Amino acid sequence: MASTYWLLIPSAGLLALVLLGTVGRHLLGPGGRQSVVMAVRNLLLHKLRSFLSVLGIIIGTAAVIVLTAFGEGSMRDALEDIKRMGATNIIVLSVRPPESVAGGQRQSHISRYGLTLEDQRRFEETLRPAVVATLCTRAFDSEVRPVTASGVYQGRVVATQPRYADLHRLDGRVAAGRFLVEQDEREIANVAVLGWDVAGELFPGQDPLGKKITIKDCAFEVIGVLKERAPVAGERFDGDVYIPLRTWRERLGERVVVLRTADSISAEEIQLSQIVLTVGGTDQVRPTADVVRSQLQRFHETADFEVRVPLDRLEESERTRDRYRLLLFFIAGITLVVGGIGIMNIMLATVTERTREIGIRRALGASRRDITLQFLIEAVVQTSLGGLIGVAAGFALTYTIPEVYLFWQQRVLSLPPAQVQRLPVEIQFTSVVLAFVVAVGVGVLFGWYPSRRAARLDPIEALRHE
Amino acid sequence: MGAIARVVNLVKNYPLEGVVVRALRGVSLDFEEGDFVALMGPSGSGKSTLLNLLGCLDRPTSGRYELGGRDVSRLDDEQLSAIRGRYLGFIFQSYNLIQQYTVAENIAVPLLYRRRADASGQRRCRRLAEVVGLGNRLHHRPAQLSGGQQQRVAIARALVNDPHLILADEPTGNLDTRTSNEILELLRALNEAGKTIIMVTHENDVAAWARRVVHLRDGHVESDTRTPPLTVPTETPV
Repeated sequence: MASTYWLLIPSAGLLALVLLGTVGRHLLGPGGRQSVVMAVRNLLLHKLRSFLSVLGIIIGTAAVIVLTAFGEGSMRDALEDIKRMGATNIIVLSVRPPESVAGGQRQSHISRYGLTLEDQRRFEETLRPAVVATLCTRAFDSEVRPVTASGVYQGRVVATQPRYADLHRLDGRVAAGRFLVEQDEREIANVAVLGWDVAGELFPGQDPLGKKITIKDCAFEVIGVLKERAPVAGERFDGDVYIPLRTWRERLGERVVVLRTADSISAEEIQLSQIVLTVGGTDQVRPTADVVRSQLQRFHETADFEVRVPLDRLEESERTRDRYRLLLFFIAGITLVVGGIGIMNIMLATVTERTREIGIRRALGASRRDITLQFLIEAVVQTSLGGLIGVAAGFALTYTIPEVYLFWQQRVLSLPPAQVQRLPVEIQFTSVVLAFVVAVGVGVLFGWYPSRRAARLDPIEALRHE
Repeated sequence: MGAIARVVNLVKNYPLEGVVVRALRGVSLDFEEGDFVALMGPSGSGKSTLLNLLGCLDRPTSGRYELGGRDVSRLDDEQLSAIRGRYLGFIFQSYNLIQQYTVAENIAVPLLYRRRADASGQRRCRRLAEVVGLGNRLHHRPAQLSGGQQQRVAIARALVNDPHLILADEPTGNLDTRTSNEILELLRALNEAGKTIIMVTHENDVAAWARRVVHLRDGHVESDTRTPPLTVPTETPV
């Protein structure tokens, strides 16, 4: 789908070639250089008029660069979020079933729902070889305390397996110690890996490695600390504590109190909050996801699960991006055409105004081609300069707007740091080249007619023109 | 001396508001190299039409025009442009300088279209500016010059390509008598140096500077007289 965008580049290149063919050949000689110098001088003679007539081109070029930079920036962020979730992954989540269905269990104050180890075992058995790996995770909010010091941290405990490190690309993101390994799982070890914030809060200024923490009255030894991690799709990781899945099951149990009201305590019993299935290739994602869905439907009485396919969202986002790009080129095209009409309008007036000059030049030996070229070069020089100014303005705006937006949020709205948003921008080299080439092309295209008109003037009539 | 330019039975008709105007009805003239010819006649006599044809700005309806021994009456627009640039020099009543160019640049315009605007071309422009007495005004613009000075620039421009013919259309029409005489003095000097000049005028005083006067009427040559070479007109009080 991205091809629509790339198709425009050869066409722009073609335009550039035509340009070189018509004007470039002339520009290469010493006479050509002189024509350009003369053209620039003619433009400088009417600075305001020249500027106003290329204003459309300047705005058009700048708009293309700014809009693509913002569009590409936010799209890149969205796509990277999705890619981090993994295009070959199928994410199965436990979700609280609709109340009406779960109503029978509510009186017992224990809701038992969600994915089970049984589900995971079944996936492993039936979906191989399409599924190459699975990862089970149970995450819940909990207080985390250090054993030897005071303090408490409201964090999220993530009971998981060593493969978590691969899936979340934790290579090089371990600040100290190590992440969980298979041996921890086998030995049902009471070990924990802390997220960056947890380590900083519980052990400020100390080395957390080897220290003890408690989670629900069970002690764990800190074996690793992770570096700061960027949030993915709004999910933060720096408040996480990672422990082996088996340790959680054996030592802490599956029941987790989640809700207290005045006279009752209701609990949730969830075996797994998430199973991530990794398949061999993107072509296997959808068929496997279908099987997963039908299996879960067969074995679960309630709709207590959700199957997410990042690939779907990736493709959806890419389609959105392509549509956005197409829209941009439409807008850019319209702006530049409007700019071109502005140029043509002024040029037609200029040709009338300079009729006598054209007559003089014709009498002194200028051929029609010379006159056409003279006006065409003026148009192209004008739109090229306009394009350059537009590119510069585009760069300037692209880099200042996010700063102004940041300043506005911090100083004018006084938003707390957590709510301050950065505008993601990414200047597209292709959009810069394209915008410039199109601006120059507009000069040729819209300069052509007035130039031809200038050349078609009868020299005798032109000389008589007052 | 042979004819540098020759027109044979030249006819020019052109439509004007639905009527065909017969501007030239068969004009035959030879122009000798080194001559100074004045074309005279009342308005509508065809003298301007003849000058336009001689200047290769237009093509005849019929007849021949030989310039430097070559028939140029059937050439196309591009070829005529090249002929104008190479073999013809123009001097106009209203000078027709390019306003945004300096004196030096104005003189160089014909070189531009012959792709000769190089260093030697620039030297030639400077020398010609000196010949017409404007060596110290090279970087002035036309608006900063008097009418006579502007016409001198135009003359230098007409000389820059060393043309076969210099065509002057009422070159003194916009000038006072004293300045007119200066310009005519300059033209005579050029003629004496060997330049062939054809000049349209309706003033006898001006025509008196030429060696030969051709009168046109209704598209025909009415008279063709050679003036005595030693006539030096002066401002004689009447």
